[in-house]
Amino acid sequence: MISQTFKEAVSAVWSMVVGLKVTGRNFLQPQITVHYPRQVVTNLDTYRGHIELVAKDEDPFKAKCILCGQCENNCPSGCITIESVTRETPAPPAPEPAPGEEAKPAPKPKKVKELTQFMLDYNLCSLCGLCVQHCPVDSLRFSTDVYLAGFSRGEFEFELLEMLQKRGKK
Amino acid sequence: MPDMNTLLAGIPAELTRLVLALIGLMAFIGLNGLALVWVERKVAGHVQRRPGPYEVGPFGLIQPIVDAVKLVGKQLATPAGADKFLFWLAPLLSFLPIFLLFIPIPFSENLVGLNTNLGVLLILAFAGLNVLALCLAGWGQNNKWGLLGAGRAVAQSVAYEIPLLLAVLAVSFQTGSLSLAEITAKQGAWPWQWNIVVQPLAFFLYFICAVAETNRAPFDLPEAESELTAGFHTEYSGMGFGLFFLAEYANMIVVCSVATVLFLGGWQGPVEPGWWWFLIKMYALLVVIIWFRWTYPRVRFDQLLNLNWKWLLPLSMVNLLATAFAVKLFA
Repeated sequence: MISQTFKEAVSAVWSMVVGLKVTGRNFLQPQITVHYPRQVVTNLDTYRGHIELVAKDEDPFKAKCILCGQCENNCPSGCITIESVTRETPAPPAPEPAPGEEAKPAPKPKKVKELTQFMLDYNLCSLCGLCVQHCPVDSLRFSTDVYLAGFSRGEFEFELLEMLQKRGKK
Repeated sequence: MPDMNTLLAGIPAELTRLVLALIGLMAFIGLNGLALVWVERKVAGHVQRRPGPYEVGPFGLIQPIVDAVKLVGKQLATPAGADKFLFWLAPLLSFLPIFLLFIPIPFSENLVGLNTNLGVLLILAFAGLNVLALCLAGWGQNNKWGLLGAGRAVAQSVAYEIPLLLAVLAVSFQTGSLSLAEITAKQGAWPWQWNIVVQPLAFFLYFICAVAETNRAPFDLPEAESELTAGFHTEYSGMGFGLFFLAEYANMIVVCSVATVLFLGGWQGPVEPGWWWFLIKMYALLVVIIWFRWTYPRVRFDQLLNLNWKWLLPLSMVNLLATAFAVKLFA
């Protein structure tokens, strides 16, 4: 009984020494602080900033977006607003019917929807990522702007298409 | 320019020495307060793999001065319902006895304020005043956290003073003196000639009690930030808090100095004995105390008192009795 108590006391004292060893070792190891603003972090692959549009492979000024509206519908915060126009492209001329066949009806003019504005109110966004998950053509992704800061709410209402085009110019 | 001797004629040499010592000690305590704050924050930073202060001045060396300026510049507010007299008496009472504690400490063979043969007694007697200051501070400020902190401070200090005394007494028994100069002189230059070799248990007990007496982590219950906001100094602003802070660091220096004298040979050292050996040993002990703070979590109050009454006190008693027997038998 008494020897047990003393054994416990000795092991307790030893555990204190182990603790000192742990902090002592950390004391001697190099720092892991990144001295912002003189240094910036680089491991941003998994960082989830605000969403941004992904450009088409062939045209850096146009988004892959097909205007299905899934992101807008699925957003629980309602922070996405998409504006689009429908443009009619002139119909190709009807092909001449071959002899002995009925003339085909003339093809209708093709309607093309085009994205004009992709508004993101980042003040409301909860970064759940449902928009990114639901996009069928991978036109949305998280940005890696870890040092985003501003002075007013207005600065966090983003027009993503404009930002995409700005990126394309670079 | 009048001659120094005519200027000082009629003033006892002892008085001159004391005044000079006090002035020197003021500078020493003030500078050490600044230096130790810096060391504390640097050690804390590096233990946690951070840089610590590094913006203000080279390696952040100016940081404690800037902090001190901030403290001095702050308004001294007295809380409503506080006992104004006790409230403002407490920080002074905490800081003033510090000088008495430093006066008998021999920094080198001649560098001592007052060479008295009861130095140990003087230090142990006036170290107790700090508890009274903490008690008054907590009591006078009309704040429940302060009162709880004060209660803890009293229970803790009263408890830990006993094994501390017994550990010091063991060394006094062994050397047969209460004079710090004599205790230093009886030890040799090399580590194996120091008292710590003969009295390792006393040193161990003394050091634990010293950490507890100075209210340092892991025994910082009187000011436990996470439970009592700031304990006994919750309501103090500006230099009211600054004096408590300075007193805590000064007390750390005192306990480390006493440990240096009693157990580590004081100013004695290999090659060339002198005040530098004293300072090296003292600062090494201070760094260990700071190291403790950033290693151990705070103990619970029942653990604190259990440790004292069930372990430190019986062990120091046994140590003292064994020393007494050994002194009788072999000396």
